[in-house]
Amino acid sequence: MSVSRAGVVPAARKTGTASLVAHQTRYDLRAFRRNTRARIFTLAVPVVLLLILVALFRTGTVRAGGVTVKIVAYYVPHIAAMAIVGAGMINLLITLVAKRESGSLKRRRATPVPSWVLIAGDATTSIVSSLVIVLVLVAIGSLGFGLTVTGAAVGLAAVVTVVGAAAFCCLAYALSGVVGSAESAGPIVQLSTLPVYFISGIYVPDNELPHWLLDIANVLPVRPLAVALQAAFVPATNGGQRFALVPVLIVLAWGAAGLIIAVRTFSWVPRRSP
Amino acid sequence: MMPEPAGSVIRPDGEAPGAARPEPGESGAGRAATRQEHVISVRGLRMSYGHYEAVRGIDLDVGRGEIFAFLGPNGAGKTSTVEILEGFRTRTGGEVRVLGTDPAHADGAWRGRVGVVLQESAPEAWLTVRECVSMYAGYYPRPLPVGRALELVGLTDKAGGRCDRLSGGQLRRLDMALALVGDPELIFLDEPTTGFDPSARRAAWDVIAGLRELGKTVFLTTHYMEEAETLADQIMIIAAGRIVASGTPETIGGRATEATTVSLTLPDGLTPADLPALPAPVTAGRNRMVEIVHHEPVPVLHALTTWALDNGYPLSDITAHRPTLEEIYLRLTEDHRQGAAP
Repeated sequence: MSVSRAGVVPAARKTGTASLVAHQTRYDLRAFRRNTRARIFTLAVPVVLLLILVALFRTGTVRAGGVTVKIVAYYVPHIAAMAIVGAGMINLLITLVAKRESGSLKRRRATPVPSWVLIAGDATTSIVSSLVIVLVLVAIGSLGFGLTVTGAAVGLAAVVTVVGAAAFCCLAYALSGVVGSAESAGPIVQLSTLPVYFISGIYVPDNELPHWLLDIANVLPVRPLAVALQAAFVPATNGGQRFALVPVLIVLAWGAAGLIIAVRTFSWVPRRSP
Repeated sequence: MMPEPAGSVIRPDGEAPGAARPEPGESGAGRAATRQEHVISVRGLRMSYGHYEAVRGIDLDVGRGEIFAFLGPNGAGKTSTVEILEGFRTRTGGEVRVLGTDPAHADGAWRGRVGVVLQESAPEAWLTVRECVSMYAGYYPRPLPVGRALELVGLTDKAGGRCDRLSGGQLRRLDMALALVGDPELIFLDEPTTGFDPSARRAAWDVIAGLRELGKTVFLTTHYMEEAETLADQIMIIAAGRIVASGTPETIGGRATEATTVSLTLPDGLTPADLPALPAPVTAGRNRMVEIVHHEPVPVLHALTTWALDNGYPLSDITAHRPTLEEIYLRLTEDHRQGAAP
């Protein structure tokens, strides 16, 4: 009967896939804007960190990718990478686990909306918030600390941001399978991302870190993202190439791995349910 | 293209075709056939979790336009059954048809015809009530106007308030609005009034009874016998994974043929031996309380009241009591309540 009830289809409205994703994203973005925790975590923390680090070492330089880089040109892309991880993965993971455990995901699953539309709404929200925060960081660097910004740099940084945010979204979906409650999501990700930030040169500049640590960080997803963003602003750090292909591919590979795990382990129903 | 099934549309503009429940006698042959149609049909349903068998072969049928109450102690297999019918759980065995489809293979079109109120409310934090209902409305091919859904559950005055600031009862009503906004034919209500105060519960009953008037089919689970008694056309009781009784609220568990208990407190200084001749034996209880259990209450009451009038006894606490649904339920499930599986 459900098959023969094709009468639904002609009368359908708003069920075009693109408009459904737009519909979902509109509400997800609205919820994000009103969520103080999410705003502080994804927007305020990177801004404060950037201001502290740049103000602290204002006139200094660091060595990155074999060349000398002004401190602001180093920290803007590196803190941007951290911000993308925060918006793309950590915030999404916490939101996702909270929605799952409250039964909100299960509730939505009981409607005709395709599951991927819900996922696309969350992912688009993460990508949009990543773009906003990266833009804010670039603006602070440029207006406050003399970061040299070109249209090409911003355009490419935006592309890398979208790729990075999408990849970290996939990782959030993968990790949601191992995180049992919204309360534990925060500590678990902080504990696992903080060491990665440190060895990836996010807080401590590259030239202060031993080579073997950087070698490890190079195959993890955070440092390649930072390297790709760094190249967008200072191509010399990537042998003159503004687009750092290999690091972007590494980020994409992590995203793909996350997607494969997510497809197998993602759950719509609360963990605590029998 | 199929014609609109009776009562699947609730629009603010005028009466929908078949929206009112047909009066007995005025229902045409077509209507009668519609009422007979099984919206839910289950045969030999089984559900196991490892070695534990939660549902041990149950059969049930729910007709279109019916309110079906599914009762049972915690751990009886109620939630497993409901979740299988809702398409959330894959059964271990048996046949299940819901709106003609196996819910294990349900698609979006099927979900569009089914409304679900889960046992626990899941507020969309950060959105207002209206935004939340609008978001859900966007998932359905032909939703009700958002205002109409809010009006059906009595949340119109909370439309601009944030979902996470609603009271427990208001949240359940929001859940109900989310289940109704897609204009479903079949609605699952899993313990919809748990935690309500008595007036909120009665308001919710009005909403649920209103769904029947709109021709919706309702599958209701509840712990409140009064709720089942007030609302249900059909009741089924599950215990330890098996159906232990089914019927109407009036007849379930042999309720219609149960004996009546007449009880009273003997006047000061009297003993049961002072009572008039009665058609059934007298059982004495505490504090001069006596009980007479008999299938025909009228002769018992007649004898007692005549005797009381002749002697000037007030018998102010005399009652004739038939077993309530709750008593029937407790009797039917008493073996299963203790040591019920989690």
